[in-house]
Amino acid sequence: MKTVVVEELVRTYDKGSVRALDGLSLDVEEGTVLSVLGPNGAGKTTVVRILATLLAPDSGHATVGGIDVIKHPEKVREIIGLSGQYAALDEVLTGWDNLVMFGRLYHLSKKQAEARAEELLERFSLTDSSRRAIKTYSGGMRRRLDLAASLIVKPKVLFLDEPTTGLDPRGRQEMWGVIEELVKDGVTLLLTTQYLDEADQLADDIVVVDHGKVIARGTSDALKKQIGGEQLQVVVAQSNIAKTMEIVAQVSQANVHLDEGLRRISAPVTTGSSALVDVLRLLDSSGIHPLDIALQRPSLDDVFMSLTGHTAEEDLVIAESKKKGKRARS
Amino acid sequence: MKRALIDALIITRRQLLLLRRVPEVLIFSTIQPVMFVLLFRYVFGGSITSGMPGGYVQFLMPGIFVQTVAFTLAGTASGVAEDMTKGLIDRYRSLPIARSALVFGKTLGDSTLNIVVLMTMGAAGYIVGWRPTSGGVKILLAFIFLLAFGYSLSWIGIFIGLTAKDVRTVQNMSFLVTFPLTFLSNAFAPTTGMPRALQYFAEWNPVSTMVAATRELFGLQNRFGVTAGSFPSQHPLAMSFIYMFIIVLIFVPVSVNKYKNVAKK
Repeated sequence: MKTVVVEELVRTYDKGSVRALDGLSLDVEEGTVLSVLGPNGAGKTTVVRILATLLAPDSGHATVGGIDVIKHPEKVREIIGLSGQYAALDEVLTGWDNLVMFGRLYHLSKKQAEARAEELLERFSLTDSSRRAIKTYSGGMRRRLDLAASLIVKPKVLFLDEPTTGLDPRGRQEMWGVIEELVKDGVTLLLTTQYLDEADQLADDIVVVDHGKVIARGTSDALKKQIGGEQLQVVVAQSNIAKTMEIVAQVSQANVHLDEGLRRISAPVTTGSSALVDVLRLLDSSGIHPLDIALQRPSLDDVFMSLTGHTAEEDLVIAESKKKGKRARS
Repeated sequence: MKRALIDALIITRRQLLLLRRVPEVLIFSTIQPVMFVLLFRYVFGGSITSGMPGGYVQFLMPGIFVQTVAFTLAGTASGVAEDMTKGLIDRYRSLPIARSALVFGKTLGDSTLNIVVLMTMGAAGYIVGWRPTSGGVKILLAFIFLLAFGYSLSWIGIFIGLTAKDVRTVQNMSFLVTFPLTFLSNAFAPTTGMPRALQYFAEWNPVSTMVAATRELFGLQNRFGVTAGSFPSQHPLAMSFIYMFIIVLIFVPVSVNKYKNVAKK
């Protein structure tokens, strides 16, 4: 069953001059994780805001749990959890205060709300700091608490809008751990990210979004395959380069490329790991010891590059310069 | 409807928790009016001859009370703006609660804060010699009246907070609203000494009618606008009610609507 269905959403800003969504469609199968991957300004946040009933589209159609988000937003709000790009919490109140308050707003009794707060704080390793004001929390702790607040009533569908943007590597790892746990519990998750490795790590399915449209969809593996096969890369000492190129060419049966600065020889291969073994064997019999050898699959960065003609980072720079102090409506 | 009320009260409770978690808020909300009391009572007061029984402080305190209440508008507004910039409003809006609950809860919470602030101010006034003479019931009525005024103003605060979207702008905007209103009034000096044009403004100013009405309720004779004889200066209590009613009538629906549509721009 499709838990989230989005069809042909269009949403413009500034009287139609900015098309944040330009006929975007996607869906999320129940109990799976879909990552919406794209640079800043691609329309990721706009999709999430429409699905979370915060924003109405200009045209198009969207359902969450079978409920129309435009016709029955109040019903949608009962089954979703949302954790946005900012930690949406009251800074001066404690973690405990925040969770209890939101629990009460989700119509839990005082006792239930307190029990649930306790449970969530424990689960997200925040019990020790639960009686401190949020403003004393680290970025990672805030995000975890924000996520906890979106889980108070065990939502059927969870929307996470760039859950690790701005976190340090440790904060990201912790957040990933928490999200993976949630997924194990069977929540349906739509997650936006501009980090390719994050989509790779967490999602079952990925849609790549650029300029308000889906430009590719598939599993991480499928997307990588879509742009071509694997590359064999060997790094050897200067004196062995000529011979190694011969060997690689023999195995690859294709054009061999040499990066002279890195002393790296690379060539596309179709036979996967057996090509790797062949090259190693031939090198060994010629008495060459490679400094490094790898079978490189294209990264999602490569996928992004080949789909959009620019890297995610490039786009980020463009988006940032376009903003000029205006709030990003990504 | 009942649910909406409960939701509003939960938000109200949040405002009060704030008072418990950050007691400094109370100090900052009262320190400025206390300074005004001291400034007018001891620095300017000596040169202002009010001819009041009990001296200038009797004339001054109702003015200070109204000013204090008016200035809390900025607090309401920046609270809302802060929730907006931090995305907290998005969370509220994605909750299964009545959309009016947040704004109603905020105004109620800020009014409750006003109770504490007014009590502190009353105590400060008492220390510097303020002695209302109208008796318990009328004094209580005066404070309720002040709270009602504060409540109606907090709806303007909500509107400003939702409109400006950034805390600094909000503070400037609130200042632009409250500063002329509180100083171009009878709060600190009788309007009779003002230039003619200013006098008209001051007499129709809701702050003046509020101050005059509160003075009456605290047992002072209405000495406001004796020369101009305009309607508000003769019926300050009635006129204050009309003002509050107009403010609520305009700003409640406008603010609630603004809140509902705030993300749709």
